[in-house]
Amino acid sequence: MNMDLLIGLKTALARLLIFPGLLFAVPAAWFFLWVERKAVARMQGRIGPPFMQPFFDFIKLLGKSTPPRSGIGGLLMRAWPLIAVSAAAGAVGLLPVLPASGGFEGDLILLLALLEVPSMCIIAAGFSSGSIFGEIGSAREAVLSVSYNIVFLLAIISIAASQHTFSLSALAQLPSSPLRWLGIVAILVCLPAKLHLNPFSLPNAEQEIYSGPMTEYAGPELAMWELSHGLEWVAATGLVATLIAPAFTLWWVAALVFVALSFGLVLLLSVVAAATARLQIDTTVRFYWQCTLIFAVLAVASALFMRFRA
Amino acid sequence: MNLWNKLMCYSRRHSPWLFHMNGGSCNGCDIELIASLTPRYDAEQLGVRLEGSPRHADILCITGPVTHNAVNAIKTVYDQVCGPKAVVAIGSCPATTNVFIDSRTLDGPLNRHVPVDVFVPGCPPRPDAIIQGVAKAAEILAERAAKKLPIAPVVMPLVGPGCEGACPCAATTELKNEEVRA
Repeated sequence: MNMDLLIGLKTALARLLIFPGLLFAVPAAWFFLWVERKAVARMQGRIGPPFMQPFFDFIKLLGKSTPPRSGIGGLLMRAWPLIAVSAAAGAVGLLPVLPASGGFEGDLILLLALLEVPSMCIIAAGFSSGSIFGEIGSAREAVLSVSYNIVFLLAIISIAASQHTFSLSALAQLPSSPLRWLGIVAILVCLPAKLHLNPFSLPNAEQEIYSGPMTEYAGPELAMWELSHGLEWVAATGLVATLIAPAFTLWWVAALVFVALSFGLVLLLSVVAAATARLQIDTTVRFYWQCTLIFAVLAVASALFMRFRA
Repeated sequence: MNLWNKLMCYSRRHSPWLFHMNGGSCNGCDIELIASLTPRYDAEQLGVRLEGSPRHADILCITGPVTHNAVNAIKTVYDQVCGPKAVVAIGSCPATTNVFIDSRTLDGPLNRHVPVDVFVPGCPPRPDAIIQGVAKAAEILAERAAKKLPIAPVVMPLVGPGCEGACPCAATTELKNEEVRA
């Protein structure tokens, strides 16, 4: 009993710290940030940044000074990026990439909560920075989050209901059904908004409200925000990749398929981002509440219907 | 220098983030600065990123002959950029006030208000020259942060067709400026 607990703890730690946790996730985050910038550059007919660019940016930001911040507001401003990074790293660590062998039972609800934390931190950071551009960005992020999260959660619920489980590892093992694909498409529609990519890049709209909630951040704090954005990339594309990928018994095949699928998704999202222009906030809200919500409700309804019939 | 410092120095040279500020410019240099980020010149290959907030920037790019209205804004923005930082004066205007010399609305040239590291002359300078100036500024910034030494400002050579050697317009404005100071 005690032995089992120890092995379970070790596996859980290995997942959180090595694969798909920090040791894998941080370089993967930098790689995905590079892929995003490179894909946009190639789409625009440019050559784009060198391979190590996000890493250089991160190191350089660590070496910069920060403006003096005092009081509880300053403390909070320093805390938000750290909370965002740890939540995003935790979300990546929960992904059931490898075949189940003890450790955490990847839980869908916990994963969703952790994925939501960085966006909450961004809202709080914009408001606590006291900058007018930060506040506009935060208000936009809040409105956006209310719009896409309804669809996102309904899609997840429809997948969970159609397969009778909220456990991520069980979902990853089960064969996919047509309903799951409907849910995956709904999640994919939400991802650009979750990652602040172009058709829905409203909170950090450059040329419009400077850098939105990040306007007042500098140096190491900004480095943490960049890292948390990269980790969000890994977690969000990883979630879809685990839902798409068929179950493998060999651990290295599973890991390879996971990385390849995530890479494909990053490429797809970056190309969409490069090919589209930013929508207005009311158009975006209308898009999620009027167009996408109907499909999500249909998906949940059919999932529940199938369940009662079965 | 240990490994961490070497890595930091290398990273600073390879990731210059710019903040662009107009100090009363005619918009000519501003257009050329944006042109240096377009597909033809693609400054992002050097890691250059144009940032929206001065807090994120390493290099402050200032254009224009510095009007009375712009002085306080330039000083505020210079203080908002977090160190280590560098300033690039783009065009002949911030260097010498150019054809606007003797105007009562001006308080230039730029180096009376903030320390300038690189001058990129030209009216307007070509995007190649701007990219060269930014790369030089990134080098200066990395060196200064590593050695903590003051570094004298650099005047970039004029580049581009018709500008081999000194450009006549730049030469006359510099001369005029010298006369005014004397």
